[in-house]
Formats: sequence, C-alpha cells, structure tokens
Amino acid sequence: MFANYDFDVIWRSLPYLFYQGMTFTLLLTALATLGGIVIGTLLALMRLSGTAMLTLPAAAYVNLMRSVPFVLMIFWFYFLMPYIGQWITRSAQPLQVGAFASCLVTFTLFEAAFFCEIMRAGIQSISRGQMAAAQALGMTYPTAMGFIVLPQAFRNMAPVLLTQTIILFQDTSLVYVISVTDFLGAASKVAERDGRLVEMYTFAAVVYFIISLAASRTVAHLQRRIAIIR
Amino acid sequence: MIKIDAISKWYGPTQVLKDCSAEVAKGEVVVVCGPSGSGKSTLIKCVNGLEPFQKGHISVDGISVGDPNTDLPKLRARIGMVFQHFELFPHLSVTRNLTLPQIKVLHRDAEAAADNAMRLLDRVGLRVHADKFPGQLSGGQQQRVAIARALAMDPIAMLFDEPTSALDPEMIQEVLDVMVALAKDGMTMIVVTHEMGFARKVAHRVVFMDKGEIVEDAPTADFFDKPRSDRAQLFLSKILQH
Repeated sequence: MFANYDFDVIWRSLPYLFYQGMTFTLLLTALATLGGIVIGTLLALMRLSGTAMLTLPAAAYVNLMRSVPFVLMIFWFYFLMPYIGQWITRSAQPLQVGAFASCLVTFTLFEAAFFCEIMRAGIQSISRGQMAAAQALGMTYPTAMGFIVLPQAFRNMAPVLLTQTIILFQDTSLVYVISVTDFLGAASKVAERDGRLVEMYTFAAVVYFIISLAASRTVAHLQRRIAIIR
Repeated sequence: MIKIDAISKWYGPTQVLKDCSAEVAKGEVVVVCGPSGSGKSTLIKCVNGLEPFQKGHISVDGISVGDPNTDLPKLRARIGMVFQHFELFPHLSVTRNLTLPQIKVLHRDAEAAADNAMRLLDRVGLRVHADKFPGQLSGGQQQRVAIARALAMDPIAMLFDEPTSALDPEMIQEVLDVMVALAKDGMTMIVVTHEMGFARKVAHRVVFMDKGEIVEDAPTADFFDKPRSDRAQLFLSKILQH
C-alpha cells in the first residue's frame, strides 16, 4: 500500500524543517504570547478602569481586532508597516521591517485583544474584598494590582491563557500568506520540490498534533499544581 | 482621634447614611450595632476612605479623609481594618500575608518585617501555622491572622467590620478573645458587631444605628440598662432574649 510513497523524504529534510521552520514557529509563538499577555493585561486594566477615556479606546481596539479575519491582518500589516515606520521615523523611504518583525507585531497586537478578554475575566474573578483589603493596608492601586489581584488572576486564568497559546501556535502557520517559512511552510516547500505532498503534509499534521496534545496535557497537569488552596 | 462630622452618603438616589456624627477618643472602644442594612459597615468604611461620602467631614488623627489632597494610602496604612470575610491573600503564605504590606507600604526590610510578623502570630497564637496558606486554616484562625496582619502595620486605631459574622459559632470566641486582649491593651477600636457580650465587656460606648442614622450614642451601661430610643429598645429585646 505504501509502495508509491517515499517517507525517507521526511528524514532527509528534518534539519531544514526543524532548524528553520520550527524555530520560527516556536519563537513567534513564545514572543507573541509574552507581548500579547503584557499588552492584553494593560488593555484589561484600561477596560476595567471605569474611566471612559481609557475604557472606550480599549474596548474599540478589542472589538476591532476580533472582527477582522486574521489572515487579512497579517497581509495588511505586512504591506502597511513600512509606511507606518516611515511616518514614525520621518524617513524619506518606507522602512524595511522584515517579515519576522512584521509577523511578530501583527501576532502580538492580535493576540493582545484575546488575552485582554481573558485577563479581564481573570481580574473580575477576584473578589472586590481583596482589593479593599490591600487598600486598607495602605497599598496604592498599582501595588495592590501587581501583588494581590494580578497574581491571583494569572493563576485562575493560567489554563485559559495556555490554551490560547496553543491556538496561537497553530495560527502561526497563517504566515504562509506573506511567504514566510514557518514549520508548515518548510514542509510545504519540500513537498512541492520533491512532489511528496502526502508524506510531508501528513508528517506536518502529526508534528502539530503531538506538540499541541503535549501542551494541553501540560496545561491539565499545571492546573492541578498551581491552583490556589481555598 | 476619630471625628465623624455630619456624614451623608447616597448610592444613586438612595440615601444610606443620614447626617451621622460620632467621635472616638484615643484608647476608646466603640461598638456600632443595629439591624442589618442600617449602614454600620458603610459608616466604618467611610472612616478609612474605602467608601466615599458626599457630605460631611471625617478626620483621623487630625487628617481629613474626604480631602482630595490627603494621601489616602498613607492614612490607611495607619488604620487597621478587619473584614467580615477575612480577606487574607490566598496566594500568599500566612507569613507573607503579614510581611508583604510591611515591606511594600512601610518599606521595612524583610528581616524586620518577618520578626514583627512572628511576634504578632505568637500574640494571636498561630505561630505554628506561619508557613501554611490561608485556605488551610479554619475561619477563626484566618480571622486571627487577619487581625495580626492589620497589627503588623502598627496602626493607631483598628476598625472591625463584623469580624465574627462569617464564623461558625465555636470559632467566635477565639477571635473575640484576641479582640478583648487588644482592647485591654488600650487600642482605639471601632467594632461593628452583633456580639453584645463583647460590647458589654469591653466597649466604652455603644452607637446604635438604624436606617442610616445614628439613633443612639451612649455609654455601654446606659445603652444596655436604659436605652432611650424605642428602636434601640426593640433591637435589644430581639437580640438579648436568648
């Protein structure tokens, strides 16, 4: 049955697939998650601030990001970023940003909208009494947020945050629209070059499956370990 | 030390505090009681500015609470508060609950904060539980930790907001014992509570509230023996008949 297939092609292209492809995929996932959580948390604090000057822009941003197809965002940013860069730096020519930087900015900004909603739910899950107690002890709002509310919110939301990261990991494959070589892109290139579409795409699917499954198992494990004793 | 002068507060159109005035001298223990929804908790939370108020004036040790120029965090650090639901920080160990505010707010070094924490845990009889997390303690133990946490800030006065209302009956006494000891040491205290036994034992004065108003403010003996207002008489007859 497998007589017509050449699975050896996988073995031969492994260094290329992992050194170039997977490195890009993992690096983009890690950095975009980190940036997304930081910006997302700030957006969440803005949305919960109760000041219209902060809540409205944050809400508008989140709703905008969530209403646009992600592929469109990647495309649009890639072609627009050089001009935004030119405008900011006031240089004569469009700024050369590079595909990775462009992807990183797009993913970070896009994920920030999702992480914002997760962190907002997380902060709201902490009883108001905790903030009151922190303030009654003389803590300022930033101290109370930073040491009392956010650490608890992060722990409560850790499983959801990690699940979102797994989705982000899978979404990185969308960078193919601007011809960037991520793991799937690398597999696809080898597949086209050697005419081994079935082998390469099957292998890519298995790799994504294994990594995602391992990650979600880790989430479940972590959930039991870091839960706050109540 | 604490001066409450004609405080009024509204939630939207509903007035929850009506022209409340009271004074607490240094070393005085004042119990605030009254039916639920009478504004006792709201009033006590106005004292450290956790609840804003629209009219009137409160000062603590000469510092105005409602003044926008007042450094509220700095003032609050000097007033201890104990909550009905303890509000210990569940992600921090008992020791860390006591040391973190000292380090972050009073800028004490870690060692001094830890020494102070141990001394106060000793005082409330919980030193052996120093490394546990709040969730591993009983309600009564948690409330004693909460009292120790407030005391670790060396407060000039303590506010208690129904400290025993969320406790199982068999745990109320251990918390009251700590509070009685504190009162005997001369701490200035405002205590919102239904524990009339505690009030009789240590309170210098009892303030009785109903429907957002201070109806009666009398020395403890007078309040229990011959309450002047009908509403206080009715309240006492309901609460003391058992």
